[in-house]
Amino acid sequence: MTTNALTKPGGSGRTGDKVFSTASMAAGILILVTLFAVALFLFLQAIPAFTADPAEVSGGKGFLSYIWPIVIGTVIAAAIAIVLATPVGLGVALFISHYAPRRLAAPLGYVIDLLAAIPSVIYGIWGYLVLAPVLVPGYEWLNANLGFIPLFGGPVSQTGKTMLTAGIVLAVMVLPIITSLSREIFLQTPGLHEEAALALGATRWEMIRMSVLPFARAGIISAVMLGLGRALGETMAVALVLSTGNLIPSLIKSGNQTIAAEIALNFPEAFGLRMSELIAAGLVLFIITLAVNMVARWIISRHQEFSGAN
Amino acid sequence: MSKRIDVSDLNVYYSKFRAVEDVNIKIDAKSVTAFIGPSGCGKSTFLRTLNRMHEVIPGATVEGKVLLDGDNLYDAGVDPVTVRSQIGMVFQRPNPFPTMSIRDNVLAGVKLNARRIGKSDADDLVESSLRGANLWNEVKDRLDKPGSGLSGGQQQRLCIARTIAVKPQVILMDEPCSALDPISTLAIEDLINEMKNDYTVVIVTHNMQQAARVSDKTAFFNIAGTGKPGKLIEFDETATIFNNPSVKATEDYVSGRFG
Amino acid sequence: MSTTTLTPTPTPTRRNRLSKGRLPRWAIPAVGLAALILGAAGSTLGGFSVASFLIYAALLFVVGATLATTAVEGRRQGTNSFFKYLVVGAFLLALIPLVSVLYTVLERGLPGMTSDFLFHSMNGMTGAVDNETVAAGTPVLGGAYHAVVGTLLITLCSTVISVPVGMLAAIYLVEYGQGKMLSRGITFFVDVMTGIPSIVAGLFAAALFGLMFGPSTRMGIVAAVALSVLMIPTVVRSTEEMLKIVPNELREASYALGVRKWRTITKVVIPTAISGIASGVTLAIARVIGETAPILVTAGLANSINFNVFSNWMATLPTFIYYQILNPTSPTNIDPSAQRAWAAALLLIIMVMVLNLGARLIARIFSPKTGR
Repeated sequence: MTTNALTKPGGSGRTGDKVFSTASMAAGILILVTLFAVALFLFLQAIPAFTADPAEVSGGKGFLSYIWPIVIGTVIAAAIAIVLATPVGLGVALFISHYAPRRLAAPLGYVIDLLAAIPSVIYGIWGYLVLAPVLVPGYEWLNANLGFIPLFGGPVSQTGKTMLTAGIVLAVMVLPIITSLSREIFLQTPGLHEEAALALGATRWEMIRMSVLPFARAGIISAVMLGLGRALGETMAVALVLSTGNLIPSLIKSGNQTIAAEIALNFPEAFGLRMSELIAAGLVLFIITLAVNMVARWIISRHQEFSGAN
Repeated sequence: MSKRIDVSDLNVYYSKFRAVEDVNIKIDAKSVTAFIGPSGCGKSTFLRTLNRMHEVIPGATVEGKVLLDGDNLYDAGVDPVTVRSQIGMVFQRPNPFPTMSIRDNVLAGVKLNARRIGKSDADDLVESSLRGANLWNEVKDRLDKPGSGLSGGQQQRLCIARTIAVKPQVILMDEPCSALDPISTLAIEDLINEMKNDYTVVIVTHNMQQAARVSDKTAFFNIAGTGKPGKLIEFDETATIFNNPSVKATEDYVSGRFG
Repeated sequence: MSTTTLTPTPTPTRRNRLSKGRLPRWAIPAVGLAALILGAAGSTLGGFSVASFLIYAALLFVVGATLATTAVEGRRQGTNSFFKYLVVGAFLLALIPLVSVLYTVLERGLPGMTSDFLFHSMNGMTGAVDNETVAAGTPVLGGAYHAVVGTLLITLCSTVISVPVGMLAAIYLVEYGQGKMLSRGITFFVDVMTGIPSIVAGLFAAALFGLMFGPSTRMGIVAAVALSVLMIPTVVRSTEEMLKIVPNELREASYALGVRKWRTITKVVIPTAISGIASGVTLAIARVIGETAPILVTAGLANSINFNVFSNWMATLPTFIYYQILNPTSPTNIDPSAQRAWAAALLLIIMVMVLNLGARLIARIFSPKTGR
């Protein structure tokens, strides 16, 4: 049909038009269907975990008490990552947009994008084999000086495979996301507003505080939210770096677990009810990240001028 | 509260291209000086060098001296921030800070210098600055509304109020009326006439009638051709420039016979 | 304030009042030097280490330089320079992991880059083989050939699925759906889809094929479907951006010649935007080629070469790295496995970097001659 349309001039081209517009619309609908299918299939496969006898679920107390600690673990790991990555990421973005010599700004942007290009499994083995051992003395110092805070309770893990290490690796991975999004927005600050501040006798930092940061506020929030979404769902860094265990308050002891790592570590050998449990865990993760991302996108869409940021 | 400016042998470059050549000019305190000339003759570029705002443009450099009551703006060790808090600037297009209220816009520059300004002092300053910019009566009931909600002419007067609130010595205006309608333009021109009682005002304008109406002295800039640097052709009393100029090019320009 | 004369040239001896109260030029380098010395001293007190030395020196410098600036130039300048040091410090801090990762991968990966590694699989490589090579001190046997094959095949399949779907969807969004409810919905959910955790995409493909072919179905195509879920939104976004910047005049010129809309799109719009689309697709491939988690739950793990994506388990470079580190081939002698893992990491980084540079090159070389 399409080939006819190609060879024949005139009216028969109408068929081609129809085929093409239908195909492109179908592709668009397919994307929507896929997203709903993701939710649907996860839900179907997860049902056994919800309906099973609580004693048969891992931990023996039902699905809720199975999922609860690892949801908390996921949130802790992501929170550490965001707390560490947000100030550094915004600093790097400001450096590239307003401090570095203009000729260097674009190449420096590429360098930070390189951070984003490195596969997560490589960050995982780097965190496990290089970073974790280096951090042990630091953890011992924290435990010795701040050990009275439960977060830094001992005994310190001698391998460094702890929640804090996992959080640091996650921070490295979400940093380029925060940086590249907020950099784009910082660069879009109208020159008029920057000049207005400078002409009043503002220093560079005062200019940034008066004109750049207010302009970029919504963009910064959504960049951080997108980084949070990534940190919540990141698997390999945690699966390789964390020495898993029960939920504990200390960040520098072995223990804790996240949803994504729980799935990756156990799925290859899982079958039957265990598989349903893991898929149900995936469904929970999906819902959490979906909510975070939708809030981020909603913030962006409320401020249309930022939509061209990526 | 106002200072004079003496410029000697000033050249402005964009990277290697010389945009303005050998300007010597003496701008009196408490007067209005207008810069006129065809587009691209370097008058706005030159104006920006008077408070080092040209440094915002990448590659722009300056050689020569600009003395503010005898102090060279371009001496090593002079901070552009210090310069700009003494020499304020009003831009071609009104640029109030969009996220701030009218009140905060007026106080924006002041808050930089005096962190703890009392509420009543701040209120007084807002009122006096807005009165100084002939805007008080129009906005006194909505000081907490965003500045971007005002009309173009009101926004421009808000920018002037913001500039005079920091009590500068000199106010530079870069075609302040070119984005405004005639009625708003008239309001700004009235304001400039009042401002010269307190400030040294330098204004760049495309509109020769405006220069004739508001200025005491007028400087005519011209350019020999595309790719050539702009030069100061003639600088004199406004009446002389418009009625009896000494250079032929000036006469051609002010009488509309240019080009 | 002294009264000034109105003479145009002031006496050259008088100090410039505008430069009053500025730090001399040598002050900041001096503070830096002092911070280095004091930092070294402080670090040596508690047993010298490079990390503590750098931390001490950086803290001392930021505090010292800020205080010096505040004392001489005032609080505003002090705040200004404080934030300047923080911002520069953030950038340097961000470089540390980048440099460390690249250095580690190069240092530990290069020794393993042998022809044996590149052209042999792990077929028949048991712990005993590794133990023998360690005992005899001979080169490590076994390699990642099967994983390279798996990576290339799975990535190829997901590209074949994602590119047509993604491009057509983007064409719909830009050319047909402007302002319609459906297109706004698609745009929103494509954005949301970019945030799906990769492990969830893997679970989706596993669950889908599990329903169709029975649980624990593991084969290359399942992984390709999982990667497509991750890749399609990236392709849609980049294609959409590129189609949007094609000027409307071109479309109108084509319509005015009596050309049909779909011919206009395929013959005028897409060729104009093709360089940007191609580089976007390349970046999308670079993104999914390093994905590990979805492969773990969909393609399983294999030690031998498998060219068929429609049957049996397959290995990819990321899962190869993961298992070599987590479950070394020989639990007693883990060095051969570590060497293979780092070599595979180096190979993977090279592939990703080549794709990234390729994307920039494509964008530059094939950009339309009218542009820029």
